[in-house]
Amino acid sequence: MDSSFDKNALFSTLNDFYLGLLPDSLSWAAFLGTGLTIVFILVNAVLMLTAFGTYMERRVLGRFQTRLGPNRVGPFGLLQPLADLLKLIMKEDLRPLMADRLTFFLAPVLMVTSMLVVVAVVPFGSDSFLADLNIGVLYLVGIPTIATVSMFLGGWGSGNRFALLGAARAVAMLISYEVPMIISLAGILILAGSMSLVDVVEAQRLPFILLQPMAFFVFLIAASAEMNRSPFDLMEAESELTAGFHTEFSGMRFGLLQLAEFGEVVVTSAILATLFLRGWENPFIPADWSQVLPPQVWLIGKILFFMLIFTWIRATLPRMRIDQVMAFAWKVLFPLAVINMFVTAALVVAWPEPTYTQLWAIAGINWVVAIGCLIGFSLALDKHRKNPTASVQLVKIPTEVA
Amino acid sequence: MALPSESITINLGPQHPSTHGVFRLRVTLDGEVIQDIEPIFGYLHRGTEKLAEERSYTQIVTLTDRLDYTSSMINNQAYVLATEKLAGLEVPERGQYLRVLTAELQRVASHLMGIGFFLQDLGAMGTPLMYCFRERERILDLFEMVCGARVTVSYMRPGGVNQDPPPEFWPGLKELLSDLPHYIDELERLINENEIVLARTKGIGVLSRELAIDSSISGPNLRASGVAWDLRKADPYDVYDRMDFDIPVGSNGDSYDRFLVRVMEIHQSLRIVEQCSKDIPDGPVRADVPYFFRPPAGDAYAHVEASKGELGFYLVSDDGIAPYRCKIRAPSFINLTALTEMLLGWKVADLMVIFGSLDVNMGEVDR
Repeated sequence: MDSSFDKNALFSTLNDFYLGLLPDSLSWAAFLGTGLTIVFILVNAVLMLTAFGTYMERRVLGRFQTRLGPNRVGPFGLLQPLADLLKLIMKEDLRPLMADRLTFFLAPVLMVTSMLVVVAVVPFGSDSFLADLNIGVLYLVGIPTIATVSMFLGGWGSGNRFALLGAARAVAMLISYEVPMIISLAGILILAGSMSLVDVVEAQRLPFILLQPMAFFVFLIAASAEMNRSPFDLMEAESELTAGFHTEFSGMRFGLLQLAEFGEVVVTSAILATLFLRGWENPFIPADWSQVLPPQVWLIGKILFFMLIFTWIRATLPRMRIDQVMAFAWKVLFPLAVINMFVTAALVVAWPEPTYTQLWAIAGINWVVAIGCLIGFSLALDKHRKNPTASVQLVKIPTEVA
Repeated sequence: MALPSESITINLGPQHPSTHGVFRLRVTLDGEVIQDIEPIFGYLHRGTEKLAEERSYTQIVTLTDRLDYTSSMINNQAYVLATEKLAGLEVPERGQYLRVLTAELQRVASHLMGIGFFLQDLGAMGTPLMYCFRERERILDLFEMVCGARVTVSYMRPGGVNQDPPPEFWPGLKELLSDLPHYIDELERLINENEIVLARTKGIGVLSRELAIDSSISGPNLRASGVAWDLRKADPYDVYDRMDFDIPVGSNGDSYDRFLVRVMEIHQSLRIVEQCSKDIPDGPVRADVPYFFRPPAGDAYAHVEASKGELGFYLVSDDGIAPYRCKIRAPSFINLTALTEMLLGWKVADLMVIFGSLDVNMGEVDR
């Protein structure tokens, strides 16, 4: 057993429990059983969060839109996710004649899998995690691209032209947002000095949202593009492509796609919390100020916070056009991420072992650079800001009396 | 080396989330770019013009409700004006004021719906739409007080209006007039300078002044292209000649101007409503017109500035109780004339924006 398992108290406790039950010759089975138990807990936690995330999203959206949202099934409509699930399972499983059997079957499965697999590296306590990969951050940005591939499979395989257009958009967008997303994480890696997510959390003497505001900004936008949520929900673009790549999916296949989509919000929120808001630890500035709550509660609280932000964005912004998204990714996000990487690198070279005061100095410099860059970019790219409503004027016409 | 590619043809509609009813467009696409479009109408054809030949002049009012079902009051007004011209009826002043008042409220409601769906087409997940509908709902409540119906109002009659509004209508109207500008401002703050809205609508789907005039486009779409033409000013009917209001005129003729012209027209309409409610005289609301009447043989055309453009009714009488012929000039239908020129070369995402910015209503297009 390698050292990362020794650090993992949850794992070793469970492993000891199974070892006590089994004869010595079956220690591999105890190892397997431990892993499967943790996976079971983790997957169910994510699924439950997703289910009630959909409920929360619909209620909050309802508030934004001056309506109620689901409130019929159970107290306050809390059982709505179950009712939805039941309905989707009961539905006939339709497969269009033109659909490709294999890809049509594979797309929802792949998409849900890629969503769930990401959670493996998210630590939910200093001594409880499923895996502490030493390439955790790479894993985080690599695995979700499978979701895009499955979108393409689903869109292409369903033999529908709307779906095909959605699929093509998904791939076009993947190339544009994935690059700034990865580069934005470079600053964090430089500061943490490790790709392991446990190390990244432990390196956050100040939450990285303070030290890396620009990376946070870029990552948030790229992540909402990855989750294909408004304003980047081009591949499903309801008002243009009816439902984009999942036009032809119905019943539980559709259910799985929706699950993956909302699940990705949970997973991305967990990633954001881990990378920028100190993961399982409390987010307050003296890190040991308040330890009343267990680490898992802190993590879930931060996940809910980011989910709320994503819902807010979804309720507010209209959709962008595909070429605008790509231009935005390459002309704004990409340079911002690169600038952030170089500034952080320079600061780390200047202060290799920063004290608290120096950390604050790094945070200050990064904020100044971030705000300066944002203002500069918005001034440079803004074609419309100067008095956009001036094009329409009131004209006084004397009434002609017949 | 150019990769081999072929264009694909997709059917947008008749069932599609953003075709505003049952409009069908066969779009040929090269990737995302529109190469060719073919609009197909008629899914909502109900034969209004033919049905009118079988109804008495009073009954036809109910048919006009269902033309552009978002602006029934204005349709009623156009029809009764044509009938009055044909039969030579005089309308009491209070009736005229009530017509103008309700028609302008209806214009506000219709524009709110147009703006809301336009933003929905832009992909703004329902929020602006629900804001617009919240305000429209209050206008519909007022209509319910006036005539008992919310959408298909059938309020106007040849010779006036159906009935005087109940006493509780006037405080309700006053409250609406004091609240609505504030809410519209709120909506404007949410949308007018939103970066994404600007990027998606500025310079998109430009309808040039010449093309707009040549294809006889009317209403806010024409005014957004820089033509200051409004029938309420150019050929005033009812009591519009006593009202003080301005015409918003655009300069670029793009989707944003069309949207903004509507927003600004709402403010002007509210001005008119306010003047109406202040100046309205006492008296009868309807001239003494029998249920069945026979206009002398002849023909008449009357047009009004409906929320979508110039709505005209051409009635021919053969001295019977029903018109011999009833021809409707529906603004939505004619506003679609330039659709092909406006759409070619834009992307699929722009298609919905441009189509939404024209604010057509299929009930009126297919009649």
